[in-house]
Amino acid sequence: MERIGVFLCWCGSNIAGTVDVHRVVEEALKLPGVVHAQNYMYMCSDPGQDLIKNAIREKGLNRVVVASCSPRMHERTFRKAASSVGLNPYLVEIANVREQCSWVHMNDKDEATRKALTIIRSMIAKVRRNAALEAIRVPVNRRAMVVGGGIAGLSAALELADAGFETVLVERTARLGGKMNRLATTFPYHERAEDILNPRIEAVKIHPLVRLYMESEVKDVTGYVGNFEARIVTGETETVEPVGAIVVATGYDLYPISRMAEYGAGTLPDVIDGLEFEELLKVSLETGEPVRRPSDGKVIKSAVWIQCSGSRDPEHHKPYCSRVCCLYTSKQTKLLTERNPGARPFVSFMDIRTDCKLTEEYCQKNIEETGTVYFRGRVSKVYRDGEKLIVWGADTLTSQTLEIEADLVVLAMAVEPSAGFEEVSKVFRSSVDNNGFFQESHIKLRPVESSPMGVYLAGAAQYPKDITDSVSQALATASKIQTMFAADELMQDPLVARVDTDLCSSCGLCVPICPYGARELDRRALFSRVNEALCQGCGACVAVCPNKACGLKNDSPAQVFGQIEVFVEKQGECAA
Amino acid sequence: MELSFYPGCTAHSTAWEFTKSTQAVMDSLGHTLTEIEDWNCCGGASARALNRAVGLGLPGRNLLIAQKAGRPLLIPCAGCYNNLCRARHAYEAGGEDAASLAETTGGGWEGAIDVWSFVDFFEEPGVLDTIRAKVVKPLAGLKIVAYYGCQLLRPPSVLHSRNWENPTALEKACEAAGATALDWSYKVDCCGADMGISHGGHAAEICTKLGEKAEEAGADAIVVSCGLCQANLDMRQTKTRLPVIYVTEVLGAAFGIPGAESWWKKHLIDPSGLFKS
Amino acid sequence: MNSFAMEVAAKSGEKPEACYQCGKCSSGCPAMRWFEWSNHGVIRMIQLGAEEELLRSKAIWMCIACETCGTRCPNDIYMSRLMDAMRQMARARGIPPAEPAVTAFHESFVGSVARFGRVHELSMLAVFKLKTRDFFTDVGAGLKLFLKGKIPILPSSVKAKGEVDRIFAWGVKK
Repeated sequence: MERIGVFLCWCGSNIAGTVDVHRVVEEALKLPGVVHAQNYMYMCSDPGQDLIKNAIREKGLNRVVVASCSPRMHERTFRKAASSVGLNPYLVEIANVREQCSWVHMNDKDEATRKALTIIRSMIAKVRRNAALEAIRVPVNRRAMVVGGGIAGLSAALELADAGFETVLVERTARLGGKMNRLATTFPYHERAEDILNPRIEAVKIHPLVRLYMESEVKDVTGYVGNFEARIVTGETETVEPVGAIVVATGYDLYPISRMAEYGAGTLPDVIDGLEFEELLKVSLETGEPVRRPSDGKVIKSAVWIQCSGSRDPEHHKPYCSRVCCLYTSKQTKLLTERNPGARPFVSFMDIRTDCKLTEEYCQKNIEETGTVYFRGRVSKVYRDGEKLIVWGADTLTSQTLEIEADLVVLAMAVEPSAGFEEVSKVFRSSVDNNGFFQESHIKLRPVESSPMGVYLAGAAQYPKDITDSVSQALATASKIQTMFAADELMQDPLVARVDTDLCSSCGLCVPICPYGARELDRRALFSRVNEALCQGCGACVAVCPNKACGLKNDSPAQVFGQIEVFVEKQGECAA
Repeated sequence: MELSFYPGCTAHSTAWEFTKSTQAVMDSLGHTLTEIEDWNCCGGASARALNRAVGLGLPGRNLLIAQKAGRPLLIPCAGCYNNLCRARHAYEAGGEDAASLAETTGGGWEGAIDVWSFVDFFEEPGVLDTIRAKVVKPLAGLKIVAYYGCQLLRPPSVLHSRNWENPTALEKACEAAGATALDWSYKVDCCGADMGISHGGHAAEICTKLGEKAEEAGADAIVVSCGLCQANLDMRQTKTRLPVIYVTEVLGAAFGIPGAESWWKKHLIDPSGLFKS
Repeated sequence: MNSFAMEVAAKSGEKPEACYQCGKCSSGCPAMRWFEWSNHGVIRMIQLGAEEELLRSKAIWMCIACETCGTRCPNDIYMSRLMDAMRQMARARGIPPAEPAVTAFHESFVGSVARFGRVHELSMLAVFKLKTRDFFTDVGAGLKLFLKGKIPILPSSVKAKGEVDRIFAWGVKK
């Protein structure tokens, strides 16, 4: 026996200013099955929720429709309220009469009122056929895996291991530390990179809760959040590690100089990238010698840094800004003048971007102390003239062209995702953007989560960033994982696909169509299964099933058609 | 190969020796060159400077004539090559330019034939081998720098150029003839183009620098594949006197083609000394 | 965008609004020293609507279309096309060119093509000299070339001249 309650929210004047809320409630009460209908100014408030709870209790409501703002706002709120007084939360539906009605028909109150009632009627039609559902419970394997042993990966692994969770760390090369190994110093304090990196590496190596795989790669991952199985290949050996959460921290490479045709395309030995310059600095720091150039060991006197090399170039190379180049360029000019007294650095720039702490003051101070000439203009060409390199630059601020003779040219090359990111993306089903960087779930609010649940992102693999931000992001992923591990079980919305096994012919079309790998054929029982933990309720399998055996829980075709019928019925009443 | 040939307005005048050496060399290599019928001027840089539709229509007409002939089209003159590629690009890109081409030329470009400069020709598979096979007087001891200028290579998206910052096709052709191609950094810089006529002094500044850099690199001569580059460099080096020779003249000399002496006579800076055996 | 910039953009097919003034065009331009402004400066002036200054400038005539700028530009902007558009706009407005020798050259060249369908260098150069009233520059070199037979006396014409006329008729009408 249906006992439906309808609760219409005014949302202040957002709804009530356009929709005649009293009229709608009057009409709603006339509808078959509706035993309670009321309106209130702010249904989502505590008193508003109390109205719903009381009505459920006192009138024995077994279905609820809340006509209010978008379900994205308060569906959870109202479902929790219902659940707290014993009504299954999935028997509560939201009728959006704000975004989809009052806000778009502000000039036609009659029409808005009529439409609000229609929307409510359509949700009543749906909720009638809703089943009471239980949230899906998924057990959690409290082990984590971190892919990539650079500073981001090391930080995430240590944080998780220190929190007491066994963590598998997989590194592709023979060395931990990633690109930071190649740095001489870090800005803004000029600490030796190895002095801050090596203790972290040592800590990871000796940590009893870190299982380290060196020179290894994850070849595939099956399973789902809380229950992954990762197959790790080390040379000829294979190991399967079961884990509950994964951090992708595969880092970056520098865009190759061979792509810069007008700068010599890699054929000029004294045109190098930022990491190569760091290595020249390291040699100088270790030997006590001045910094010498690669071709003939000449002590570098004049050097030109070209910022934005390959970055901010939508036509030919990368459209984005690589974020760290302005800062390490400044650092490198300072270090050059310290190691080579009398050295004359030049920097070609478009803008100076100093968005990290202390870096604006740092860059300014470096300019003042080194006498580096910053000229605002991109370089058209770098070529060799005898022993020297010639740089064709411009200073847009004075509209002059410059021809600079240099011993060395350092290209601040664009930061791009590590080679092999396509593979990684496939293995972890973690989508990448147009530039190959791993895509976060929400750019503002969920910046460390990847598309599949249980996979997190840290470091330059997600977007160019410096060490500080890489570490911060890594710690954030550890925190998210610990939140997941804090629960005994993971609760997931049960609004997933379902199979009517009588109708299923096991044709298997649903299996490849599922973007989440949530469908498989049970050949013995001759029907298709849904892995409820993986299913995201997208409906692709419903669309492709030729036998109408596949549906979505609480969103069956019958329910959808029921709603459509409401919309296409002739309307008569409710005009003023 | 059977090829169509677009001579351009300077073919029998200021670029006389380019045309003659081209015909002789292609003949030696066993290719037939058939001048396309009743061609018109490609417009140079002037037509498109004064009127966009005329600037496209003039080369467009030639493309259609060549398409009818149905053979790959070889265009020695770099400027003409550039203009015909622009017309091709406009036909293929659609939009207003393609519409104006339909009005001026009747349209109908189907992309049925290839359009080649000498850079394209030398990069065709096997061509360099055929050149090596025809060499009877290897030009050992001849040190050259190759100079491409602009029109052979840019804009890359319009010409479909493969290597526009450091091309090597001309060097490879000269090396196939036994000469030594020296490396230098100025091979794709502009020669001054039409300023050779309207502002000779400006062109002289540019060509003087090119001449000096070629000499610094150790070259005996500058090898070109463009009539205007040849004219500018031949006329406007003020500090050096390096002969400026067409790549086809180099090949012709290496092939031992009789009558090559008649080509040298046409130059302002006499290159004959380079080829006396 | 102001109306001048919009007109230049429409006529040229380029997008001057995409320019972020990086200066790469300027740093590679062989002719910029003969402009009043830098290469990127010209684009900036288009962006800001400096119609009078640009149409009356030498810069728009001194670009030699080497295409180095657009080849290297991160935003795929070719100065030569912007310059060609502004040349045409200046002529349409009857503005006397600031570099009359360049305009004279182009007019002589195109005039020759319009007449014969192909350029006849001798008459083209004669017309050029008449237009610029500069009869002595390069006369020596010109004579040498003539004596070497590189400047034929007689023109060579296109037979189906009507087809060439059609191109001019439509283009000029536009």
